[in-house]
Amino acid sequence: MMTLEMLNLSIAMPEIFLLVLACTVLVVDVYLKDERRNVTYVLSQFGLIITLILISQQNPQSREIAFNGLFVNDLLATVLKYAVVLLVAVVFVYSRRYLQDRNIFKGEFYVLGLFGLLGMMVMISSNHFLSMYLGLELLSLSLYAMVAFNRENPNAAEAAMKYFILGAIASGMLLYGMSMVYGMTGSLNIVEVAVALDKIEGNNIVLIFGLVFMVIGLAFKLGAVPFHMWIPDVYHGSPTAVTSYIASAPKVAGFAMIIRLLAESMGSFQTDWQGMFIIMAVLSMIVGNVIAIAQTNLKRLLAYSTISHVGFIMLGLLAGNQEGYSAAMFYTLTYALTSLGAFGVIILLARKGFEAENIDDFKGLNQRSPWFAFMMLIIVFSMAGVPPTVGFWAKLAVLKAVVNIDMLWLALVAVFFSIIGIFYYLRIVKIMYFDDALDKSDINCTRDMQIALSANGLSVLLLGLYPAALMSICIAAFS
Amino acid sequence: MTFFEVVFYAFSTLMVVAALGVVSARNPVHSVLFLVLTFFASSAIWLLLEAEFLAITLVLVYVGAVMVLFLFVVMMLDINVTRMREGLMRYAPFGIAIAILLIVQMVMVVGPEHFGLQAFPVPESHAADYSNTKELGRVLYTDYVYAFELASVILLVAIVAAITLTMRRRPNTRYQKPSAQMKVLKEDRLRIIKMKSETIEPENKQ
Repeated sequence: MMTLEMLNLSIAMPEIFLLVLACTVLVVDVYLKDERRNVTYVLSQFGLIITLILISQQNPQSREIAFNGLFVNDLLATVLKYAVVLLVAVVFVYSRRYLQDRNIFKGEFYVLGLFGLLGMMVMISSNHFLSMYLGLELLSLSLYAMVAFNRENPNAAEAAMKYFILGAIASGMLLYGMSMVYGMTGSLNIVEVAVALDKIEGNNIVLIFGLVFMVIGLAFKLGAVPFHMWIPDVYHGSPTAVTSYIASAPKVAGFAMIIRLLAESMGSFQTDWQGMFIIMAVLSMIVGNVIAIAQTNLKRLLAYSTISHVGFIMLGLLAGNQEGYSAAMFYTLTYALTSLGAFGVIILLARKGFEAENIDDFKGLNQRSPWFAFMMLIIVFSMAGVPPTVGFWAKLAVLKAVVNIDMLWLALVAVFFSIIGIFYYLRIVKIMYFDDALDKSDINCTRDMQIALSANGLSVLLLGLYPAALMSICIAAFS
Repeated sequence: MTFFEVVFYAFSTLMVVAALGVVSARNPVHSVLFLVLTFFASSAIWLLLEAEFLAITLVLVYVGAVMVLFLFVVMMLDINVTRMREGLMRYAPFGIAIAILLIVQMVMVVGPEHFGLQAFPVPESHAADYSNTKELGRVLYTDYVYAFELASVILLVAIVAAITLTMRRRPNTRYQKPSAQMKVLKEDRLRIIKMKSETIEPENKQ
């Protein structure tokens, strides 16, 4: 016999609230007239604040299980949930004006954004292959629809189509891999799988086979080479507001997915997936950094830069120890923040009938707005890994983890390609500060956008000056 | 060969042939009908596994409802088959090579060596009064209630996404207002005009 208490619902309070919020926004929005659409926005933001409060009510120190082992809450989950909720809230701030200018300021953007956020939180907190897969599908479905959100734009439709088909194939790969693991271990629960795998001796070909499929599925979702083809098209094709959503929070959820599926459940096969990760990490750093040089479109450039950063995150993960995981977590969190800031500046410069997505649109930004040029400078420096920004510490932590497992050559390859990467990052800085502005129109944006973007840029700088606090949280999450 | 095996191999062969038919049929409507056949054969295999409820659901939901809808959509869409077949021959060798590679790998891995009767003994068949539906319902609403709810949320998102992407509000769309229609009085619609009665005069121009 089972009672309601056994479900341990209080652990999942933030998710339950978020689901209620998304449904409320969906219904309220139907009854709003177009000129009162701001109510949807305010309601979503207010709900996200309450979600943050509910997350803070959880006890992160203990590992607690809910829903008969399908749901887990620990320090890792709490920290990552804070991050995704905050990132999505900032995306909503950035995107309001952008959507209004393009007549796509609709409630569905917020509804789908909230459902996607729910999917990410489910992934972060999943303790079971089934809930992981369902969370992933919830996130992916919301993203597909958001990419195609602007129906007048044929590029967006093409991007959504590519994303949808490739995403469906990747989900199939992941499921097939999971079914192999299930066949060998007889369980889908991550903890039980880990226990069962520990008992298996020698080289089990079925498990390796399943592992390969799972790694392919994960690599696709994260966008590692050779499963990266969708990233440039999707980043370029979707409205910049949606790109800022895709480029930030889902990376954090993808990190959680790799930790739960590979580190926690397939930990005893670490040497096997380490090899696959080395290949993908090196390829990602090569392809990402080299192809980015040829880009003139800033959104595509940032897409290739994402691919190279994914390579760095994988470097941390493949170390396969506490140091590597916490370094990868630090990298993922700070990269999501930096990437969000970069797209924030693109949204800032865009206005009605004009997308500031070419690098030339940034010419002479310093003359137009010294403050936001400085913000972009911090963000670009952080992506390139120049001290004292946070990107430097993130790269350092990851490289240290790789050196400590005696893979000096891998660290050298990473350093070499990030030096190549600095070239195209510095070109943006040069264009902003040393070129004359092509269009000298004033940058006018709402006050909340100014505050959020300034906070975003300054946090990149502040985290770089005081990285210890976030670093110690990341280390504690894996101890 | 036992009766069980005869049934299994018959329906498995049917399923594989029908699945090949789905991708190779020239007419999209035939593809959909082949898909119906595939579902039907797999439901028969589920019956062999004593999953009666799932088997019947597959027939009722997929064959009965989803595929019929699918058939309507395929018939209504104007699919240009020749354009879709462009480049088929160019990609076919590559695709077939990968498919063969995958099949060989799968046969090597998912063979009797790892999933044979030694590793997985035949489960005991259930008693006659065993209710498949009841057991499924029990785990669905207790052990897997979280997954069940999540699946329902995914369906909700699918509905929202489909409506977002397809519904268009045109400015000149005409709607009915039932409340206004109900409130209409006779005076609003009917105008009584007093006028002289007209008489038709015979035309005699000649």
